Amino acid sequence: MQTRFSHASLLLSLSAALALAACGKKEEAPAAAVEAAAPQGPLVVKLGHSAPLTGPQAHIGKDTEYGAQMAVDDANAANIQIGGRTLKIELLGEDDQADPKQGTIVAQKFVDAKVNAVIGHMNSGTTLPASVTYANANIPQVSASATNPEYTKRGYKTAFRVMTNDEAQGKVLGEFAAGKLAAKNIAVIDDKTQYGEGIANEFKKAAEAKGAKIVAAEHTDDKAVDFAAILTKIKATKPDVIFFGGMDPQAAPMSLQMKKLGIKAVLLMGDGGCTADFLKNAGASAEGQYCSKPGVPTEQMPGGPAFIEKYKAKYNAPIQLYAPYAYDAVMVVVEAIKRANSADSAAILAELPKTSYKGVTTDITFDEKGDIKDAAVTLYVAKGGQWAQVETVGGKPAEAAPAAPATAPAAPAPAAK
Amino acid sequence: MPFFTSKPVRFGLVETFVQQLINGLTLGSIYALVALGYTMVYGILGLINFAHGEVVMIGALVALAVYKALAATLLPPALILLIGLTIAAATCMVLGWAIERIAYRPLRNAPRLAPLITAIGVSIVLQQLAMLFWGRSYHSVPALLPTESHDILGARISDVQIIIMLAAALSMAGLIVLVLRSKLGRAMRATAEKPEVAALMGVDANKIVALTFIIGSALAALAGVLVSANYSIAHYQMGFLLGLKAFTAAVLGGIGNIGGAVLGGVLLGIIEAMGAGYIGDLTGGVLGSHYQDIFCFMVLITVLVFRPSGLMGEKVSERA
Repeated sequence: MQTRFSHASLLLSLSAALALAACGKKEEAPAAAVEAAAPQGPLVVKLGHSAPLTGPQAHIGKDTEYGAQMAVDDANAANIQIGGRTLKIELLGEDDQADPKQGTIVAQKFVDAKVNAVIGHMNSGTTLPASVTYANANIPQVSASATNPEYTKRGYKTAFRVMTNDEAQGKVLGEFAAGKLAAKNIAVIDDKTQYGEGIANEFKKAAEAKGAKIVAAEHTDDKAVDFAAILTKIKATKPDVIFFGGMDPQAAPMSLQMKKLGIKAVLLMGDGGCTADFLKNAGASAEGQYCSKPGVPTEQMPGGPAFIEKYKAKYNAPIQLYAPYAYDAVMVVVEAIKRANSADSAAILAELPKTSYKGVTTDITFDEKGDIKDAAVTLYVAKGGQWAQVETVGGKPAEAAPAAPATAPAAPAPAAK
Repeated sequence: MPFFTSKPVRFGLVETFVQQLINGLTLGSIYALVALGYTMVYGILGLINFAHGEVVMIGALVALAVYKALAATLLPPALILLIGLTIAAATCMVLGWAIERIAYRPLRNAPRLAPLITAIGVSIVLQQLAMLFWGRSYHSVPALLPTESHDILGARISDVQIIIMLAAALSMAGLIVLVLRSKLGRAMRATAEKPEVAALMGVDANKIVALTFIIGSALAALAGVLVSANYSIAHYQMGFLLGLKAFTAAVLGGIGNIGGAVLGGVLLGIIEAMGAGYIGDLTGGVLGSHYQDIFCFMVLITVLVFRPSGLMGEKVSERA
């Protein structure tokens, strides 16, 4: 019995090993064969995309994935030739549940799947730990929405971001509160995530530098719906403005509960609360609340109106937040592949810093850290169920950078990884 | 009196305290309503029905679907709410019955761990089904109940909050009468005591257990409707954390005890509100409001150390 069993298990592991070897071969063999015989076979490139697809932020995560998928579909439809082969991009969409632990698991999954590049993650909390994994594996990572400054500060050559970081956004928000809103006393609430606490701290610094007083600093989490207790505490400190660093699942009930408790202060939020869902779910209480979003309003983006049309036609839903940025993040990678005439991670990495791409959101060029240059921040106020632009701070001068250089045919492309 | 003059009296101290008390009572009444469902099932079967929070969520979302369908009609809002509640309750009763029939009854005599695992499984299945059916987005729940607030000692309380407190109190009273005074209640207590002996006395244990699930699920629907009315939002994951907190409340009050569930719920709500409101000031800013959960679980642990069966719990050691 014992020997039989060990024989069986030996056989089993042998066949498994064989199968594995066969699988491994399968990935490379056709590529080599195709190159030798028919160079017209598609060059398959795998892009990882990670965002929360379940949980409270699932609607925003799905929105991001839709944006990335649109870019992938467009790039595939464009019949891009890389080394004589048609580029065929596959998007591997993963759900990281906005959970840092899950984020690193997804990152390892992408590394094991040998993706050529990663788009994401969506949240700063998942992006930061995952960026270590990608840096070690030398896989380029372009985040469309992780705005915590720390992401590009760690010196990883693999980390890029096509959105204004929170250092810039928090500063604009803080100066706006103390300036235009003329707030003397400000209460700050954050959701204790990398994003929420990060932007709240930048906000505090900027507001205090402008002479405002932080009268209360409270914390909640990214699953809570009841803020009555902390809002009651804040009410006693009589703030002019309440700043919330967090996402719309918390921001909308917070706005409702502020009104219920008779708090007169204005609610000011970063991009996490600047969504269509906030307006819908906060109902009448949304009126007069402020938020900011990196970049210019979608309608004013270079490719904004067309993108809104296309998104609506394809998914029959309004854009929540990051879809245009995710679109650009994919396109920046596609452009790098075009310039390099190769989809190798190393080749993409070498080309990404030289990016100069006219995207949907803006003209994208990176600074030495991998952050977008000349970042803009726009402030909005809720008016009649819409986010109305108040002002845009920063950004590029009217004359945009020249278009991305045409892809120069380079040396024959090596097979995709 | 330098003691008073050196420290400026913060304006609105009383108002803030009363408001926190109201916040806590509202939150606690919600916990209590959900905890009643946990405690009923535990009292009869000794089973922790982890899917109960999900039934609350289904109740809220079904009611919301009814509101939306009836929004175009010119029915008075209160009537729409009642129709929504009725349909939600009916749906949840069927759901509760089905859960018991499919996931728990076949495991009635299995080791205790097995139904616990199926309970968690049912909870996940219901969440995912709701996500597929209603989507990932938060749904805005229309205000069908009067929204004006009343002033009590400078603090504000809305009609919805008053209704929630009344609903919790009445549900508890109703259940106690049902269990202690009715024939069905006697059968329930007999089944809880010893199902085999109860069966010999002519009690159909399967029927009693099914009825317990049906009543508990109707209460869950009520809780779902009230929670979504209070926060004006509904979401496919709204039941999870709520269920966990309500379970905690049931344990705190003594699981299996109906009065205990309400006591535990209200206590937990008040501790949370007071914790969030005052823990920062009490510790000189060392601990912030985000420690409110630590605060209430510390209370839970302390209570369980001295009273392992909860505040009002009976000895259930041979069971637990």
